[in-house]
Amino acid sequence: MRKFKEFIVEKLILICGLFCILVVVLIFIFLLKEGLTLFKTVPLSHFLFGKNWYPISEPAQFGILPLILGSLLVTVGAAIISIPIGVGCAIYIAEVAPLKTKEILKAGIELLAAIPSVVLGFIGMITLVPWIKTIFKLPTGLTALSGSIMLAFMAMPTIVSIAEDALYSVPKSYKEGALALGATRWQTIWRVELSAASSGILAAVMLGIGRVIGETMAVMMITGNSAVIPTSILEPVRTLTATIAAEMGEAVVGSEHYFALFAIGIVLFLISFAINVTADMFLHKK
Amino acid sequence: MEKVKVEGLNAYFSNIHALKGINISIKEKKVTAIIGPSGCGKSTFIRCINRLHEVVPHAKVSGRILFDGKDIYSSAIDPIEIRRRIGMVFQRPNPFPVLSIYDNVAAGLKLNGMKRKDDLDEIVEKTLKMAALWDEVKNKLNASGVSLSGGQQQRLCIARTLAVKPEVILFDEPCSALDPISTAKIEELIFQLKENYTIIIVTHNMQQAARVSDYTSFFLLGELVEFGKTQDIFTAPKDKRTEAYITGRFG
Repeated sequence: MRKFKEFIVEKLILICGLFCILVVVLIFIFLLKEGLTLFKTVPLSHFLFGKNWYPISEPAQFGILPLILGSLLVTVGAAIISIPIGVGCAIYIAEVAPLKTKEILKAGIELLAAIPSVVLGFIGMITLVPWIKTIFKLPTGLTALSGSIMLAFMAMPTIVSIAEDALYSVPKSYKEGALALGATRWQTIWRVELSAASSGILAAVMLGIGRVIGETMAVMMITGNSAVIPTSILEPVRTLTATIAAEMGEAVVGSEHYFALFAIGIVLFLISFAINVTADMFLHKK
Repeated sequence: MEKVKVEGLNAYFSNIHALKGINISIKEKKVTAIIGPSGCGKSTFIRCINRLHEVVPHAKVSGRILFDGKDIYSSAIDPIEIRRRIGMVFQRPNPFPVLSIYDNVAAGLKLNGMKRKDDLDEIVEKTLKMAALWDEVKNKLNASGVSLSGGQQQRLCIARTLAVKPEVILFDEPCSALDPISTAKIEELIFQLKENYTIIIVTHNMQQAARVSDYTSFFLLGELVEFGKTQDIFTAPKDKRTEAYITGRFG
């Protein structure tokens, strides 16, 4: 009887595992099938490097270069803001902060991660967008910069918590070795702990960036959504994700437009996959 | 000549009283061994001497430690300066993981702002020779410090400590993670080093204390039970507890 129970439990768990894999495979197949159909009518190079995204004009043009550049601009902006602040915050939490402050800060960071992105987007729309508009005297505050700032808030919890873990797991003996040689606190952090934790910190950065690239709601709400090739960070842009979210509802199922949105999905998938693989490489490098 | 004089030293970890009113005089250019069972405060004691104890959160120290007659705990003293003059070798070899053998030895010098390659080369070679490691590593100075064996790593750490020219070297059970051959090498090294350095060595191993030290102090439960010439401590201990410990009845 006991053997039978064990058998059932074992198989149930196996089925759960297989089911997850099956779902992932099915999603992937569906994405590929729908996305790749576009390339029967639109050449890949026109899709990737075309400068115009006019999905519903006659004839339609499906160039996603402006969208790729939009995503890239917002992401790079967010990275520039979030990496120094995030890593700095991780150093503070791991090395400098007294225990109480440390706990409060860690809880705060987790809370920040728990804010739904639509809420962050909404807050950004109400507060940040008008500021950007007044500060830079722009016709609109819905710009790549606004998106970058809001996305930086979203990347930060990931960067801080993973980088903090990496710093925390640097053996205390390295730190003491440096201090015993007469290193200052800063020298110890900079030359010993950061370099010992560097692979973990790089992974943190990559995962933070991964989160930014895939983010949709907040960017859709505050980047202005104009699919033109951006020339400055103070212009409205449209990202890959926002395009799918905004247009999927109105695209006719089975139309070129519909397939093009899935093709964008493939591009996004490839980017995220590459970032995660890189992060994983850093995390497991020893 | 006394190099380090400890007066009424108390050390705490939050509410644990780890060292209770320690008084001891460490003679210059001699080896002083600290023995005692685990948890008796040996390591805490030497970590007070280079002001490393206070790095641990909620750790406190009171009392005085005179180093060349000056109290290292007075507010005018910079702990960084103290740690440069009082070096330390740890229980587990801890070479910096991302640095080469060369850079591990040069690390302390670079922290002090020394940049000239010629000077660095010279000191790295000299200290590696002093640490009896030069012949084993001279052809692979750019290899990672952690690629060496445990005993070699420990000698690398000794070289790293010697490179900044300390006056006192603290050894915190330097051989407890090493095999007998490496242990013998380190002991021989300590014997040579005492010509120029004042050495304090914490050890679990009483034979080691007897072999390498001139003076021995016995710690128990945070107190200094007995301090004297090594020979006297091991042949005619005054305190019953010392006798019990060195004859192996506890600890």
